Amino acid sequence: MHEMFLIIDWAIAIEKLVLIAVIVSLSLVVAMYETYAERKIAAFIQDRRGPSRAGPFGILQPLADGLKLFMKEEIVPNLSNKFLFVIGPGLAMLTAMMTSAVVPWSSHLHAFGRDIDLQIADVNIGILYIFGVVSMGVYGVMIGGWASNNKFSLLAAIRGASQIISYELAMGLSLIALLMLSGSLSLRTIVEQQQDGWYYVFYQPLGFLIFLVCAFAECNRTPFDLSEAESELNFGYHQEYSSMKLGFYLFAEYVNMFISSAVMATIFFGGYDIPFVNDANFGAQHGQNLLATLQGLSLFIKVVIFIFFFIWVRWTIPRFRYDQLMNLGWKGLIPLALLNMLVTGFVILLKQNNWHF
Amino acid sequence: MNALTNRSKTVERKPMTFWEKIYLPAIAKGMSITFSHIFKKKPTINYPEQTRPFSPVFRGLQVLNRDEEGRERCTACGLCAVACPAEAITMEAAERLPGEENLYREEKYAAKYEINMLRCIFCGLCEEACPKDAVYLSETFATANYNRQSFIYGKKDMLIPHPKLQPEEYERAKGLRVNPK
Repeated sequence: MHEMFLIIDWAIAIEKLVLIAVIVSLSLVVAMYETYAERKIAAFIQDRRGPSRAGPFGILQPLADGLKLFMKEEIVPNLSNKFLFVIGPGLAMLTAMMTSAVVPWSSHLHAFGRDIDLQIADVNIGILYIFGVVSMGVYGVMIGGWASNNKFSLLAAIRGASQIISYELAMGLSLIALLMLSGSLSLRTIVEQQQDGWYYVFYQPLGFLIFLVCAFAECNRTPFDLSEAESELNFGYHQEYSSMKLGFYLFAEYVNMFISSAVMATIFFGGYDIPFVNDANFGAQHGQNLLATLQGLSLFIKVVIFIFFFIWVRWTIPRFRYDQLMNLGWKGLIPLALLNMLVTGFVILLKQNNWHF
Repeated sequence: MNALTNRSKTVERKPMTFWEKIYLPAIAKGMSITFSHIFKKKPTINYPEQTRPFSPVFRGLQVLNRDEEGRERCTACGLCAVACPAEAITMEAAERLPGEENLYREEKYAAKYEINMLRCIFCGLCEEACPKDAVYLSETFATANYNRQSFIYGKKDMLIPHPKLQPEEYERAKGLRVNPK
């Protein structure tokens, strides 16, 4: 009768738990140092020096910032909805972290006599999962803005919600063309298809551009940071927040940035593929473990380049006006994405027909 | 109506062309500009470690001078107080007693010498008025403080350190202008 019991493969459970812990702490550390990079790059772009007091080159600045946020008084406004007020930042953080589950960080390690996939879950609908989780991210903004019981926060929340919903459409449409090429929604399959060095960005440059713009909008980054427009809304949806609740909101933005960089690198830039190197041959020569490490490093470098790009754009481009934002989203990006989809579909059909009309 | 100057320009309000409407060329241009700034030399001076040299005519806090033997030069004549346009200086004179020749150079000295640094405009007229070279303006400035009373600087705040007993402090108080390195 013992077959009746649910048999748990302890090895795989422990493996996944360790992987989750590593990736969650990795994304937190990266988010910490993104704040440092943001301040440093902003300073360089503005001919300043940036934080330089805490540790050599100010390298401990994120710790000092975090400590400061922990030390601050925790204020909950009297007339706010307490439950929602507390759950808002938590939700923002949760959704930011959840996206990392389907990103393949590297191929597989070979240790303890087994192959360990460096991906938390190889879901065969990985991209759909990302869209689902990312669109839940808007609840963090909305709940925070609503629970604050403050008109500026509410306005910001409404702005943020409509912006994210508008740009999600264009984002989804821009990816459909790519999915027609790949024929799979699994991120690992998409990465494996790009191992020959022909990254999808070469097949889908317009799709990538649209996806990039939408990723900026989804992360609430300048030029699309209308939901936290300081000059118009005195800080937007997190105006009433203080201490670590505020820290969670700010942190979630950086985690989002990290994850969306990882997703962009995975979908359009070959993920963990090492450029100009035949990965399979390299693995056969130097061993799988070294290959997996280098592949992880390669993805990380791609992610860092994207993060730099995010920051660079933030300190260059001023914020869009609200009507410009909506015009760009609905009248610019969505028609372009549809056109991209039609052209891609046409070319694929033509190819299937051996280039005969 | 005529324009006031010949430099005025009429603003063009043509609708944007397609190239302008897609923003990308302008964005690329802006980003190249910001990127070039990353490598520019920073004009920042890391203040507490590095300081900018004062100009040769900088006028800072007043210092009460001593002569080479360390005697106070001030004779409490009151010319600085008369010259002061902000009326920041007050003093009380006292007579030098026998046995105090190593402390005060003249027979009369300032028992109390106060400058209200909130009134002082650092014009340097006291320095010009002084016949005994007893007061001059240094290269430091008044530090921040919490109450107005502490901005009234007395003799203990302004008197230069003794040149023989505290030579290092004396050199420092003289500043770089007197003794350029």
